[in-house]
Amino acid sequence: MKEPTKWPARPKVAVFKFASCDGCQLSVLNLEDELLAVGEALDIAYFPEASSRMEEGPYDIGLVEGSVSTPEDVRRITRIREQCRTLITIGACATAGGIQALRNWADPDAFKRAVYPSPDYIASLSTSTPIAEHVRVDLELWGCPIDKGQLLSVLIDLLAGVQPRLPAHSVCLECKRRGIVCVMVAKGVPCLGPVTRTGCGAICPSMGRDCYGCFGPAEGGSRGPGLPPNTSSLARRFHDGLQLIPIEVVRRFRGINGYVKPFRDEGESWAARVPRD
Amino acid sequence: MEPTPEQRKGERTIRVDMIARVEGEGALRVTVRNGEIRDVQLRIFEPPRFFEAFLVGRRYDEVPDIVARICGICPVAYQMSAVHALEQAFGMRVDGTLRELRRLLYCGEWIESHALHLFMLQAPDFLGYESAIAMAKSHPELVTRGLRLKKAGNRLITLLGGRSVHPVSVKVGGFSRVPRRAELAGLTDDLLWARDAAGETVRWAAGLEFPDFSQDYTFVALQPPDEYPFNEGPIVSNRGLAVPASRFEDHFQETQVPYSNALHCTVAGHAYLVGPMARLALNHDRLSPLAKQVLADTRLTLPLRNPFHGIVARAVEMLSAADEALRVIERYEPPADPAVPVTVRAGTGMACTEAPRGILYHRYRVSAEGVIQEAKIVPPTSQNQRRIEDDLRAFLPRVLDRTDEEAALECEKVIRCYDPCISCATHFLRLSVEREVPARETSESRG
Repeated sequence: MKEPTKWPARPKVAVFKFASCDGCQLSVLNLEDELLAVGEALDIAYFPEASSRMEEGPYDIGLVEGSVSTPEDVRRITRIREQCRTLITIGACATAGGIQALRNWADPDAFKRAVYPSPDYIASLSTSTPIAEHVRVDLELWGCPIDKGQLLSVLIDLLAGVQPRLPAHSVCLECKRRGIVCVMVAKGVPCLGPVTRTGCGAICPSMGRDCYGCFGPAEGGSRGPGLPPNTSSLARRFHDGLQLIPIEVVRRFRGINGYVKPFRDEGESWAARVPRD
Repeated sequence: MEPTPEQRKGERTIRVDMIARVEGEGALRVTVRNGEIRDVQLRIFEPPRFFEAFLVGRRYDEVPDIVARICGICPVAYQMSAVHALEQAFGMRVDGTLRELRRLLYCGEWIESHALHLFMLQAPDFLGYESAIAMAKSHPELVTRGLRLKKAGNRLITLLGGRSVHPVSVKVGGFSRVPRRAELAGLTDDLLWARDAAGETVRWAAGLEFPDFSQDYTFVALQPPDEYPFNEGPIVSNRGLAVPASRFEDHFQETQVPYSNALHCTVAGHAYLVGPMARLALNHDRLSPLAKQVLADTRLTLPLRNPFHGIVARAVEMLSAADEALRVIERYEPPADPAVPVTVRAGTGMACTEAPRGILYHRYRVSAEGVIQEAKIVPPTSQNQRRIEDDLRAFLPRVLDRTDEEAALECEKVIRCYDPCISCATHFLRLSVEREVPARETSESRG
């Protein structure tokens, strides 16, 4: 068995931001009942959004929000990796490239021109990519935003020397457990719940609407343990059963986590079926 | 370290490489030559995320989920401006209880966002701490009150929207689900406490020590006829401007500067101020009687013209939002349907709503199939950016005799007065792009 990591009495934590909305960092600050205790247990040494104290590394734990989207980001994440014993990505941007990864299918210069009158001032890569495409990541937290309870339990596990275990089954199971009426069956809406990882608590179906995939692809469904979800079966159901046209199927998979492999592949296979002019 | 005589005389650069306790990433560079301020640049290096570009080709009903991701602190504001603009494009209005519920949702966001800024980001400046967590040791009641207020705002958003960051229930026409009466009533005690706590906070904030610094602001805010502004009302200023939101682009100009990833916004060539101080200046007579009384008791002269008084304005708005939330909850009867039906048609719609940090403008051009052809978003922080620089220019002379490090710290405090949301400020559109995803729904038969 792997030796549990030995932490100092008060491990040093850093929170870094890349391209993102700040919502996952805010989820840390939204631990209203626990924040002061977290501040006791951990030495929050670098967290510019919350503190003017910006202590230099190395750090025991690094939390990374946001995706890599500029040339400087690439250099920065490499330095950060060297500084952190354990590196954890928080949220869809850091774990999967985020909503801004939609640029990965577009002509990047056209994007830049579209937004800024003088695009030369803007340093930006043509892609938005997850942290793990650039450096080794020890643990990935999914979600747009992350679930703050999940973050807390991961930190507690780490400090206790336990390997954190995050659920990877689908939102569907969550709905069944909570007794939520299936929105796809009852309302005929194209719900991504069957292929999306749980973690949010099935928020969307509980609010009477379709899941849109915030927590990324589930694992270990009907295809077996650790395997990707059966996106093609769900996409066929959207198309054949719910009468979505191919471009609508593409949009379903190309969302918050559109760049992560199972969703990306499914989106691309349906994009190929969109009639061209 | 004292500045050397050479430093005092010759060229000197005051820099903040990473502005702390703000949302997003920005830096400040001030150039001083012979004791004179040559240049002030608030540099926003937060990477652009091109929202307006990738909204093109998406369907109208995806917009609330997408634009929420511009900002994790004020997602409700983005959703509210988006649905109101799209409803205008479709020629529909959402009234009655659904309108009230939208105000209620916004109350939650104002409480959450203002509490975050007031207690966790700005209060440490006044009390001399690096962070709220560090401040908690000697000011436990204050920090605990702040966290509990923030939680009260988040609870309200969570009840209506499913979660506080990127809520999921807002849609064109209304909501995907509306709460039962008993669910909302369950928040009453919490909000009663929040209203009192916000009142305490107004008194505390008004008693802080403020630098003697005031500016002649052009205030810009929405001004509905008989309520404190959230989702509607013409855009007005204290200089006589009064135009509907649909005329925003005729009066407010955006320009790009080489040192920032955010565009600057001006009105008639001048900087202007949006946000709590501007709203209060133009709408204090629309506050609830209680909020009016608590504000009057501070004996501050209105309009507030010292940017550091923004902390008082935010506290008053928390109180006003808690009061308004209680009013909506008390009168609430669930509507027959959570949303009114939408009839999609081609058109353009514009809307401004009051985000916690000030007016947030959206414009969408939509095809007959409901697919977005063009999107434009002007967030509050880009509107305040020029004003922040002007304030810094006016403020700097009083700190030039300090060391660079101390002067930089004082400048950071001025910047934080505005609660700048830099994540918001980095996406803008000049023209529409033709994207891979075409608006061709009609040319293909369904199924």
